[in-house]
Amino acid sequence: MEQILLKNVEGAKLADINNYTAVGGYESAKKAITSMTIAQIIDEVKKSGLRGRGGAGFPAGMKWDFVPKDFKGPRYLCCNADEGEPGTFKDREILEKNPHLLIEGMIIASYAIGAELSFIYIRGEFVKAANTLESALDQARKQGFLGERIFGTDKKIDIVVHRGAGAYICGEETALIESIEGERGNPRVRPPFPAVVGVFSKPTVVNNVETLAAVPSIIKNSGQWYAAIGVPPKNTGSKLYAVSGHVNKPGVYELPMGTTLKDLIYNYAGGIKGNKKLKGVIPGGSSTPVLLPEEIGVSMDFDSLAKAGSMLGSAAVIVMDEDVCTVEESLRLSEFYAHESCGQCTPCREGTVWMTKILDRIEQGKGEQGDIELLERVSANIMGNTLCPLGDAAAMMMLGFLKKFKDEFALHIKSGRCPIHKK
Amino acid sequence: MIQFSQSAKDKVEALKRTYPTKDACLLPVLHIAQKEFGYISPEVMEYVAGVIGVSPARVYGVATFYTMYNKKPVGKYHVQVCTNISCHLEGSAKIVDTLKSVLGIEEGQTTKDNMFTLATVECLGACGFGPVVQINDDYYEQCTEQKVKEIIEGLRKK
Repeated sequence: MEQILLKNVEGAKLADINNYTAVGGYESAKKAITSMTIAQIIDEVKKSGLRGRGGAGFPAGMKWDFVPKDFKGPRYLCCNADEGEPGTFKDREILEKNPHLLIEGMIIASYAIGAELSFIYIRGEFVKAANTLESALDQARKQGFLGERIFGTDKKIDIVVHRGAGAYICGEETALIESIEGERGNPRVRPPFPAVVGVFSKPTVVNNVETLAAVPSIIKNSGQWYAAIGVPPKNTGSKLYAVSGHVNKPGVYELPMGTTLKDLIYNYAGGIKGNKKLKGVIPGGSSTPVLLPEEIGVSMDFDSLAKAGSMLGSAAVIVMDEDVCTVEESLRLSEFYAHESCGQCTPCREGTVWMTKILDRIEQGKGEQGDIELLERVSANIMGNTLCPLGDAAAMMMLGFLKKFKDEFALHIKSGRCPIHKK
Repeated sequence: MIQFSQSAKDKVEALKRTYPTKDACLLPVLHIAQKEFGYISPEVMEYVAGVIGVSPARVYGVATFYTMYNKKPVGKYHVQVCTNISCHLEGSAKIVDTLKSVLGIEEGQTTKDNMFTLATVECLGACGFGPVVQINDDYYEQCTEQKVKEIIEGLRKK
């Protein structure tokens, strides 16, 4: 497969607009704005089968189509560049090395939903990426690709970089919207959905960086072309897989959707460091249930991973070798969720802290009989009882570790010590 | 009384023209305030509230929600170690211990000369290059004990 998102990024300095246009950059935006109707664009994106790359996998074309056509007044596009899910470092590749591809995708998406102003919500820590984007936006404005009368038409589209300030929850779309509005990042009650009542109470589409960056290639080559890549009809296109943890070659790999987890770990990422054995792998970011070595034949796409009892999520593959203590790692993640819970919903706010306390005592060798069942009960009581998926994420993580490594948890409790760190 | 520099004031005015509401300027103005004043004290919160035209309570609520706004003074170099799962698997705990001993402080503390503040943070989004340490705006990736010692030495000499 020819790369779509990371093609030429290593040598070509695509953050410079001259290099980007030299390889055909902004041709798709020009084509869309000057020769296509909104309906044609949405139709191509629907045909492509492109699904949201942020984690939920919602069809992008359908999301755009939900924006009420008869709404009078502004609509907004928000690009989610919060990249907060532990294990995920894929969008930074686009933001720093191919920013114009994202901007071009945003111009097309803005036009398709009728937005004149769009936001890139970028996590506050990504200072370098934010600066790269600002300078890329300036270059695009100077070329007449952004601002008033773009590509010589009467259309007006501009983009603002909005920096977050350190809150995982702001990757959740309604919390992201609150954060753009200058509020605490507390998720909203749905319905109404953002497509109807979003940022500044106006119709809003929130798309992930990788989703938007795929759009120019679809407009250039057709939806049908994109839909032939990967595992058609429902898991199409290329995917950025970010592999971290105990592998020889961690990194971001752009491959056809549906590459197997085994191929990713042992072929692309060069296998387990020090020739150790694989103990477990989290396939799609910290919130997705962990898989065992015998399960890595799974195809890395939305539907196959769901069938395997996990999720593609953000496709952030976290690899753990045989020396890892799964109680310790789930404790680390539980602490993370407790820290990042916005505190609005009681099950999440209290449950994640409770979970952390229990895991901590198990790891300290002070676990009690019944702690495993208690962890299961706490998780079950968070699941589905919160406004946003942060609580679910913590519960899914916990239940995944308990299901796959119950014996190790039990051994901690029975022997009164961590059998891995204190043999 | 504290005041923004002229260039900060200009930036704030530009923000007010960019965003559809004045409230939406709050996060970017707090970023500017932190650059100007070093940290977000109650006095800064009140000043920012006046600049934007919202209540100080509102600014307090927002400033305390987001971890990147420092509510206490930090040293010249804010050393933040990611300890989330991918960095943890790559040995971030050792990096934290090394930094504690090199700097002679615990997490959350600042050295007596106000040069360094040490903190542990959640995922920085650079998981393939762990352990990651962020110092002010810069990422230092694939850190080893030796590497962080050298980084700190380098900053001390600066």
